[in-house]
Amino acid sequence: MDFMVFQYPMITVQACLDGILLGILFALIAYGMALQWGVMNIINIAQGDLVILGGYIAYFMYLYGIHPAWGVIVSPIIMYFVGVGIYKLVINKVVDRDLFISILATFGISILFMQLMNFAFGADVVLANSGYGTTFLFDSAVVLPNSKIFSAFVSIVFAIGLVIYMKKSKLGRAIRATAQNARAAKILGVDTEKVYAATFGLNAALCGVAGALISITFTIHPYMGLPYTIRSFMIVIVAGLGNLPGVAMSGMGLGVFEEFADYILGTEFRIGSVFLLLVLILVYRRFKLSRKREYLK
Amino acid sequence: MKINKIILSFISAVAILLSTSVVSLAKVVGDKIVLGAAISLTGKYSSNGVHTQNGYNMAVDRINSMGGVKVGGKTYKFEIIYYDDESNPKRAAQLAERLISQDGVEFMLGPYSSGLTKAIAPVTEKYGVPMVEANGASRSLFTKGYKYLFAVLAPANLYLDVAIRTAVELNGGKGVRIAQAFEQDAFSQDVRLGILDAAKETGSEIIIDDKLPKELNDMAATLVKVKQMKPDVLVVSGHTKGALTAIRQIAEMKVDVPMLAMTHCDAAKLSKQHGKNSQYALCASQWHKTLTYKDNFFKDGMTYAADFQKEFGYDPPYQSAESSAALLVFKDAFERANSFDQKKVRDALAATNMQTFYGNIKFAPGGQNVDKPMVLFQVMCDGAGKCENKVVAPLKWASAKLIHPIPKWSDR
Repeated sequence: MDFMVFQYPMITVQACLDGILLGILFALIAYGMALQWGVMNIINIAQGDLVILGGYIAYFMYLYGIHPAWGVIVSPIIMYFVGVGIYKLVINKVVDRDLFISILATFGISILFMQLMNFAFGADVVLANSGYGTTFLFDSAVVLPNSKIFSAFVSIVFAIGLVIYMKKSKLGRAIRATAQNARAAKILGVDTEKVYAATFGLNAALCGVAGALISITFTIHPYMGLPYTIRSFMIVIVAGLGNLPGVAMSGMGLGVFEEFADYILGTEFRIGSVFLLLVLILVYRRFKLSRKREYLK
Repeated sequence: MKINKIILSFISAVAILLSTSVVSLAKVVGDKIVLGAAISLTGKYSSNGVHTQNGYNMAVDRINSMGGVKVGGKTYKFEIIYYDDESNPKRAAQLAERLISQDGVEFMLGPYSSGLTKAIAPVTEKYGVPMVEANGASRSLFTKGYKYLFAVLAPANLYLDVAIRTAVELNGGKGVRIAQAFEQDAFSQDVRLGILDAAKETGSEIIIDDKLPKELNDMAATLVKVKQMKPDVLVVSGHTKGALTAIRQIAEMKVDVPMLAMTHCDAAKLSKQHGKNSQYALCASQWHKTLTYKDNFFKDGMTYAADFQKEFGYDPPYQSAESSAALLVFKDAFERANSFDQKKVRDALAATNMQTFYGNIKFAPGGQNVDKPMVLFQVMCDGAGKCENKVVAPLKWASAKLIHPIPKWSDR
């Protein structure tokens, strides 16, 4: 245990800002997961692997001399088609089965993706350099890499863009209608099959954006996807489906929580503390739910 | 139902057939000495696994083309049976079992990484199969009393020992303040133990002692502490991930520290991926091509590097060099034993005392090589941003002078 984070106020500020910037990025991935979960009732275990694949797209652009920030545009376009492809090949066969089957299917996709990426791109850890500088705050007591600020900014832009798209566009309305009641939507002439494919594609595209941002801010590696899946799962669990401000808030909350856990418990417990929090929240939710039921009785 | 049964019995029949009809290969077939190796060709160690395999192959070709191994007046050639262990310790142990009991291999080469070597060593020990390994440096491999395990590389606890001692020397013999961050795996924790020993001996103080998780890709918290506490030395070990993450975040957060010492920089291709940001980082390495060790097969490091480049198209990392050295050790031991008796070869291996292009090789009773110090190189860049690794310690092999302390970010 180390309480240094509270002894120096500047470190507290640093941890909070780091956590918030990180959390916004997590929230973007979680938003994709929530969308898909809400519309198709599928929990996508391969979420993190889609993120990493998106990261590799940006990395390869960087390798060929294109600035990796363009990955934020290119990666979602490619990933959209990857997502639609996965839907057509696998997901459409499990979409109306129970949750367990779809978890198994996406778990399989996750393993397949990991191995394929390892096979195609090698097991080396890679990153893309953006060359963005650093922002110093409070007499340089707090340092924020501009790449992190850029990530958070792009995440917000995409999240807002998606919200508007969902509200205004025809497909967006179809997606929302399907989420509310797939059967009714079908009766009213919505091609749900198309909606499902588009939803899966949109989710993959969001993962592509996040992946490109992660390759600029952190590092990528074929086997690094799972922590991102866990985090987004956790954010969605806390926020609930269809609650976008909730996803943003719980994303940032998780980011800050992780940073503080890192300082107080040590970096080795960073991911562990996320798991612990997940268990606690699930237990708490059950507890609350059971009390509600008793009350109803 | 009936069909299913028929298919099932058919499959099991084929399986039984396959398992019994595998031809038992003896250790020495005709004029061939067959060695076995489980190597990570897929999975998370696959890049270093391939470096290891290339190193082995390079040495086999070279030794075979230069006359092979002479035992009892007859010449033999090396041949290696490879299996892919999928970077998985359980699989590696199974494959070692298979190599020995099914393929009849009587001499083994090591896999890549300490973890996999740890999984295989009990098997080779059980069957009394001598194993020369080149990629398992964990100290715990050499404290178990294994009799048939020999490692051509220096143990992990010595990796960054040189760095601490150099820092103390530059500090006028007074102890230094050390900040360290190590991944939680067998290898990095051994490196950490080495630092603790060195710190104790030199009267240095460890002021930050962080552990990094396997999924590490953010060590900002550690670096913020470093900024606050201003240590004299920052030590990081977390395989390639650790090296890449550290350099990226140190540069982004403009962390000033007089000395930065790491492991796995060349595997991370640090200067290639980070360019000038990696400048001044000190890296522990088992080998560097500019070292002036010599042997009859590869001549010296520079020639080895050039030949390797020609054959495989990239500059050899130390993982390849040490793997090549393992075969030189085997050849030497076979010739001195003048026999293929496992016990005699084992005794000959234990008595090894030779120089290879990779370094001197002499085994301690535990099996680790005690005659080859680690080298430390520093990433140095010229004005045009072209970076190179230059050996700076130990002084005997140095090709450049250590730049210390590292200039502040504001002055760069």
